Amino acid sequence: MIAPLLFMAGIGLLLGITIALANIFFSVKTDPRIEEVEDMLPGANCGGCGFAGCNAFAKAVVLDAVEPQKCPVCSKEEAENIASHMGMSVEFDTPYVALVKCCGDNSDSPERALYNGVTDCSAALLVAGATKSCQHGCLGMATCARACPFNAIEIDEKRHIAIVHPELCVGCGKCVSVCPRNLIDMVPKSAPVHILCSSPEKAVLQKKACSKGCIGCRKCSKLDPESIKMDGFLAVMDYDNYSTNTEIIDVCPVHCIYPSLEEK
Amino acid sequence: MEFFTLLISSILVNNFVLSKFLGVCPFLGVSKNVHTAMGMSAAVTLVMTIAALVAAIVNTYILVPYDMGYLQTLSFIVIIASLVQILEVVLQKLSPPLYQALGIFLPLITTNCAVLGVAVLNVQNNLSILMSTWYGFSSGLGFSLALLLFSSIRERLDLANPPKSFEGVPIALIAAGILAMIFMGFSGLV
Repeated sequence: MIAPLLFMAGIGLLLGITIALANIFFSVKTDPRIEEVEDMLPGANCGGCGFAGCNAFAKAVVLDAVEPQKCPVCSKEEAENIASHMGMSVEFDTPYVALVKCCGDNSDSPERALYNGVTDCSAALLVAGATKSCQHGCLGMATCARACPFNAIEIDEKRHIAIVHPELCVGCGKCVSVCPRNLIDMVPKSAPVHILCSSPEKAVLQKKACSKGCIGCRKCSKLDPESIKMDGFLAVMDYDNYSTNTEIIDVCPVHCIYPSLEEK
Repeated sequence: MEFFTLLISSILVNNFVLSKFLGVCPFLGVSKNVHTAMGMSAAVTLVMTIAALVAAIVNTYILVPYDMGYLQTLSFIVIIASLVQILEVVLQKLSPPLYQALGIFLPLITTNCAVLGVAVLNVQNNLSILMSTWYGFSSGLGFSLALLLFSSIRERLDLANPPKSFEGVPIALIAAGILAMIFMGFSGLV
């Protein structure tokens, strides 16, 4: 009973001492900042940065001046801490999110016919231009939602419209190219107001097609001529110089201007 | 002659990965490209040889005389894990380029079942200390051969155009199966 205990304790002790000795005799002088940076990292060892682990990433930060915000787990403060420790400056890219520029659901823009085909926007579009009255609006058949790797796009099954959840969207832009009606744009996350219509039709036709479509009345662009430009009969937000004026929400007679990305 | 037989046997006939199915995790995990596969092969061969030697010494001089054979698995795991740690520290000092080349693979080997497998099989086959070391080394070579072959196959598979449902891991597993069957052809060799 005692012998195996002694043996295991002995072997553990012996090996432990050997490792300790090896550490002393074979110690390699490394840049102390590498260890400091590694301590400041979250230590998830996830490899999300593209390096072999937190240690490798810390080495890259110290030796190759890789930016600390490349670590996807680091919060903004943590990345700033590391950067100030290293005497670097951090520049965060403006976060972008996807925006579906259509707010007319099937109660605003009723179905023209019954479609029984494959539930896919591109497929539906092949059959006489899909069934939605508006020829420019969101079909809500989840082509974009299926393309999203982060499940950030939800399809409201009853209203047949795509809704982007900005807190889940990382701005990868995969949905932009799959929308057959080119309704999705990448917009700055910080933009407070959005014009959710992409239809350039004249007011008369627009009224028939969708009750929430932009009729080109110019009320919003008069309030904020700097950032809202008219493209024919459609008001378009210039996201390089976006409007922060929330009054334009209330002046829109068809209510296609929305404050947040979430509800529509 | 005995040495030669053991070498051929452990490389081709009783290949650790392809006929004993030990060390399958790195076989599938680090075989995406030949370069990393070479690093892994070198690390595994090195650790296997040293681990086989030390485990055989501990077994012959401590475990067998004091009748503590049941502690084999436990003590071997402790020995292998510490060996890898020591090896890492020593390599970092003595040969930084080799340390860089082995990189992340060295600590990963700590839990490689092929290394433990060598130590345990040595005991089961009653090999002497010298033969144990040789067996560890040649098994390492066998592992390297399998890993290098498989990684070069996978590099080509990446460029191939298999049916959609077979892309990636499924076709790699099928290739591994075929490779194992090919190695069965060596079974009459020794």
